[in-house]
Amino acid sequence: MSASVLFDTPGPRTRRRSRIASVIVVLLIAAGLGWIIYTLAQPRDSSGITLPGYFDWSRWDIFVLAELWVRVGEGLLATLQAAAVAAAMALVVGVLFAMLRTSTFAVVRIPATIVLEFFRGMPVLLMMLFILLVASTGAFWAVVLALGVYNGAIIGESLRAGLAALPRGQREAGLSLGLTQFQSKVFIEFPQAFRQMLPVIIAQLVVLLKDTSLGYIVGYNELIRTTMNNLGSSVGNRYLFSLFLVTLVIYLAVNLSLSAVARRLARRRSPGKLLPKDQITPTASISSIAMPNGNPEDRTTE
Amino acid sequence: MNAVIENLPRFIEAFGMTLWLLVLSGACALIIGTVIAAMRISPVPSLSAFASVYTELLRNTPLTLVLFFCAFVLPQLGSRLPYEWAAFIGLTLYTSPFVAEALRSGINGVAVGQAEAARSLGLGFMQSTTLVIFPQAFRMVIPPLINVLIALTKNTSVAGGFFVFELFSAAKELANANGNAVIAILLAVAAFYLVVTIPLGIVSAHLEKKLAVQR
Repeated sequence: MSASVLFDTPGPRTRRRSRIASVIVVLLIAAGLGWIIYTLAQPRDSSGITLPGYFDWSRWDIFVLAELWVRVGEGLLATLQAAAVAAAMALVVGVLFAMLRTSTFAVVRIPATIVLEFFRGMPVLLMMLFILLVASTGAFWAVVLALGVYNGAIIGESLRAGLAALPRGQREAGLSLGLTQFQSKVFIEFPQAFRQMLPVIIAQLVVLLKDTSLGYIVGYNELIRTTMNNLGSSVGNRYLFSLFLVTLVIYLAVNLSLSAVARRLARRRSPGKLLPKDQITPTASISSIAMPNGNPEDRTTE
Repeated sequence: MNAVIENLPRFIEAFGMTLWLLVLSGACALIIGTVIAAMRISPVPSLSAFASVYTELLRNTPLTLVLFFCAFVLPQLGSRLPYEWAAFIGLTLYTSPFVAEALRSGINGVAVGQAEAARSLGLGFMQSTTLVIFPQAFRMVIPPLINVLIALTKNTSVAGGFFVFELFSAAKELANANGNAVIAILLAVAAFYLVVTIPLGIVSAHLEKKLAVQR
């Protein structure tokens, strides 16, 4: 075990005390969870009728139907589809914004900055509504366009930060070789900035995937809308809780695996890795914080 | 434009709800997030394990699903909360792990030498954290914390999809009622959001620059 700088290697007495504290906490948490599960499992009265508890088979029996899983799969597919199209768009918009924002012409730079700030400061949901009502594109494109533009603005900002963080010599070397400003930006600076910011960008794409769930509100049949609304109303309210748990598990599975990929990339890509002993708290819990890039998720916007 | 001016009281009412959600959930999320961050760095393994599970679970669940739980599933479990409070609970729960992560990255951002110096002077865990680490970490976490609050401002709009009358639902309602002034109304609502988010963003950027010079 790599000890933290903050406390000494515990002696026998502290170890015992910490073990006791641990046991108490585990017991408390277990008691809390047990209480929740017990309460959920209790049959409940609702206006005279006794409904079975939430873990009763009658609340879960729909999940043996293959048809239901097909519909859940369709919902998941719709979510992934919207996320994929929006991600591609966000990358293009992001590169474009970063280009315009770092332009040497003030005529280009200043309007680009204003537009960027406008998009970053506005809720995505409002943007979806805007596209839905003004451009009347249908729910899918409202979700995709809004997510693409919003996340594009954020990716653009982080690319700009990446460009700003490059050593000046890179650009100077490019210019002294006879490249134009534009060429130096495209061929020399951008590839490096992109590489540097890749973890942040990927983490932002995970956020984008999570945000496709806003489609629930603007009427796009993504995962939550499919399971909770469409399936929920066709199989009855009785299954709402079970459907909720299933949806939650699906989202967690998809997002956690994507986050893991992002984290691994962050670890592999970072140039100046610090050794674990340079961190204040134990390594197990902090993963990548002390690296120059930081934890990619800390830089993203929810 | 007339549609905007005529409906100004409605806008103000909605803006009030947005601010209410922002301030209340922001404050509670700061408290819960601090507790979670403290648990995460604590020497007791079960506490830090609990904190990291809590963080990972909530951070990887979409806000829509969290609010859905608070608005529709909780009543099934017997809660009688009005939708405003359900939205408040959902936003607080969702924001707290982001606060905890911002705090934790601030703590990790303090140079190790500081902790080592404090320890070699004979300070204990409590003394070195409260007297040496936290005062330095606190200044570093302010910009990321402001960014969390900006995100929260934008996230309050999701509550509008769950029967809370705030700016987003106002936008929907008024745009439906005034078909000829949709763009003006949506831009007005956007302006209300920007009134909160842009100043916060400027403060955050300013502080970040100031701290960067000092280091």
